[in-house]
Amino acid sequence: MKINIIINEQRKEILIKDNEYLIDVLRRNNYLSVRRGCDNTSCGVCTVLLNDKPVPSCSVLAIRCNNQRITTVEGIADEAEKLAKYFGEEGADQCGFCNPSMALTVYSLKLENPNASDDEIKEYLVGNLCRCTGYVAQHLAIKRYLGDKL
Amino acid sequence: MKVVNNRINSIDGLGVMKGRKAFTDDFFEKESLIIKVLRSPHPFAKIVSIKKDKAEELDGIEMILTHHDFKRIPFTRAGQGYPEPSPHDKFVLDEYVRYIGDEVLAVVGSDEETCLKALDLIEVEYEVLEPVLDFESAKDNKIIIHPEPEIHQMFEIGFDPKKNLAASYHMHIGDVSKSLDESDYVIRETFFTQAQAHAMLEPHTVNARMDYQNRLMIYSSTQTPFHVRRIISQALEIPLAKIRIIKPRVGGGFGGKQAIHGEMLVAYVTFKTQKPCKLTFTRKEVFESSYSRHPMRIDIALGASKDGLLKAIDCKILSDTGAYGEHALTVFMVAGSKVLPLYNKVDSVRFYGDVVYTNHTPAGAFRGYGAIQGNFALESAIDILCEKMHVDPIAFRQKNMIKETETSPIFAIMGEGTEGTAMSMDTCKLEECVERGMKLIGWNEMYPKKEAGDRIRSVGMAIAMQGSGIPYIDMGSATIKLNDDGFYNLMVGATEIGQGSDTVLTQIAAEELMTDVDKVVVYSSDTDLTPFDVGAYASSTTYVSGNAVKKAASELKQMMIEEAAKILEVSNKEINFDGKLFSSGDKLISLIDFSNRLTYSEDQKQLQVTSSYVGHKSPPPFMAGFVEISIDKETYEITIENYVSVVDCGTTINPMLAKGQVDGAIVQGLGMAMFEDVKYSKNGKLISNDFLNYKIPTRLDILKLTTEFVDSYEQSGPFGAKSVGEIGIDTPPAALANAVFNALGVRIKDLPITPEKIMREMRSKQ
Repeated sequence: MKINIIINEQRKEILIKDNEYLIDVLRRNNYLSVRRGCDNTSCGVCTVLLNDKPVPSCSVLAIRCNNQRITTVEGIADEAEKLAKYFGEEGADQCGFCNPSMALTVYSLKLENPNASDDEIKEYLVGNLCRCTGYVAQHLAIKRYLGDKL
Repeated sequence: MKVVNNRINSIDGLGVMKGRKAFTDDFFEKESLIIKVLRSPHPFAKIVSIKKDKAEELDGIEMILTHHDFKRIPFTRAGQGYPEPSPHDKFVLDEYVRYIGDEVLAVVGSDEETCLKALDLIEVEYEVLEPVLDFESAKDNKIIIHPEPEIHQMFEIGFDPKKNLAASYHMHIGDVSKSLDESDYVIRETFFTQAQAHAMLEPHTVNARMDYQNRLMIYSSTQTPFHVRRIISQALEIPLAKIRIIKPRVGGGFGGKQAIHGEMLVAYVTFKTQKPCKLTFTRKEVFESSYSRHPMRIDIALGASKDGLLKAIDCKILSDTGAYGEHALTVFMVAGSKVLPLYNKVDSVRFYGDVVYTNHTPAGAFRGYGAIQGNFALESAIDILCEKMHVDPIAFRQKNMIKETETSPIFAIMGEGTEGTAMSMDTCKLEECVERGMKLIGWNEMYPKKEAGDRIRSVGMAIAMQGSGIPYIDMGSATIKLNDDGFYNLMVGATEIGQGSDTVLTQIAAEELMTDVDKVVVYSSDTDLTPFDVGAYASSTTYVSGNAVKKAASELKQMMIEEAAKILEVSNKEINFDGKLFSSGDKLISLIDFSNRLTYSEDQKQLQVTSSYVGHKSPPPFMAGFVEISIDKETYEITIENYVSVVDCGTTINPMLAKGQVDGAIVQGLGMAMFEDVKYSKNGKLISNDFLNYKIPTRLDILKLTTEFVDSYEQSGPFGAKSVGEIGIDTPPAALANAVFNALGVRIKDLPITPEKIMREMRSKQ
């Protein structure tokens, strides 16, 4: 079947299977920044924004995205660049497999709650696992990013 | 130094954050065949028959591979030096399956759905065998896990499959029984460390195609591209010259990618069908069918004299390597060689034991690799001894621990799988690490504990050492060339796996060439294009590969000076080069003009140097780790309030990335200390096979990390550097166990240290 979907503000008509998940549709259509880290919605790596809210694309059926807006990290390139600068300065860069999903989640937090406290930041991002950094440098970078105006 | 030891952002963070194509699975060919593996439902069984005709008739199924399709060539999946110190005990596919999750057969089809359908249509008849699931009863068990005749060791490692031994080892210095008898204080304790899963976020993945020269071109998420090339060639009898391995960006490794995973099947299918192919592990497969950390039982005895001197260490280890013996001996030996020299003033040491096969998921390389297990036992035991002696555990350590200029005979006796290399500690700032750490954690104010309402706060500590590559075995190399416009290419075999080695090696080249990081373009880990490097393991990249880069840059600089001297018509000695300008008195030529001239106009030539480096020693980084915890008096739930790490890793080439290595390793170590646990059901099925059942630390678990580096300069290292990749993981288990004891007076000797175990001990104490 075909769905109409707006990906990074571009309207697309995409052929999908009725049981296909969003992550597979996106990767098949060359949105390769959306990556798979687990089998059951538990790592956060595949996060995209569905109408500006972070969702794990491995658990969203593509058909549910008919006439909805999807944002991948390419859709927030300028914001990702700002966050990358702070990640670099704080030494929060390691493998980066989870970084595009992190950027999307942090961006969404900024839309929702730009003055988030330390605990609110941690709770908002708790589903975005990272095995490399130990989180502290990321946290400092994220705080600096939230301090910037959108 | 202008570039080294300065805050410089990683060179690749921006592109990775923006989601650019980078990782292995971003590069597979669209029309790739997909491989799905049928995995054993039994911990131990012999395959009697396979009915696959229905599956083969499915539209889109290309082939179904069973053990009948492969020549019986045993190999080891472990990517290590060659000949490998791991037993050759694995076949691509075998008639035996040795753990739940082992490979039975592989389905190759046009897409995943078809492959999964085919898997359902295949009927396998097994002769189910009784498994060995308790590693303490594996040795000399009547059940033999590896009865096949073809398997072998490459050299003597104590391999004896008839006894279920993947390896065994014995060393001693002096007469340890006598020393213990003569000691005024003796303690004997038994510790258990659990398996730990790497849980890197990028699952194992590999894809291949035949290129236009009809060569096998493989993208693999690996830490050891050159070893992968060699092992594939040996096991599949494909000429080495026909294989190219490209390692794109790797989404975390931690040792988990220091072995072959899907590479063998993908290489075989692509070579056979000449069609592109890929295999990506599910997360369940990563947990169940790759490997984890070796669980160990460690029996340790310490003897000390009344005047507070440690006299004897006796350490016997039983290590569980699971179904296959990847890194069996070497992990075992590191539990001694990178732990015992911490206390170098003893009269006698004994270190011995076995690495046994069981019918569990195999064990293999994992950051800390033996050291974390040995450190937990020894550094817990030191505190137990101090308690018995009524001496201060820090004062005891300060008296007995290794110091600068000193040595230990263990360095010469124990290497990794072979004899070691004698060395003295040209840099060892352990004393400074301990002193500074005490200040940062507020030891004197906190030790041993403080009541805080319904919680108790306490501190605990441990010291640790690691190595910097394996001397006379690990080789790194680098090629640097000068381009027109005065910028450079740096080609290294060294393997960036997210730890930042591309950035660090670029900094080393830039420092030596007196230029900026953005004038050095790095390309790493392509077996066709980059010079050899053993890969990312054994804490070797900064020290070994870094030395190769520095050497290559220095030689290229000399070559450039010689050419400039010819142009300026002066002798080499008269040339002054500042990174931008060659000058001799009033004669000068800029690097840009110089490189353009060599490229396009006069005496044209390409200036390029390749250099390699093999360590003659393995200077250990050292650290002191201090933890402050609070424990709920009723539930015994533990909160890590702060973890202080003070590290001597020589010069930090990139201080921010070095801190990242320590922070990340501390948190992995805390995970192992507190809750990470690879668990099996009674019949040998892995229970912890996803992130819901295998909990890794989240950002809610980490309140505060305080990481500092002491001033230190290792003469043999590039710009004074030693390694920093692994050292951070070693101290958390012992430091936490010691802190829990300081808080409650109970000693947890089996990891992880959970509230349930504490409660059990508290109850039995009462």
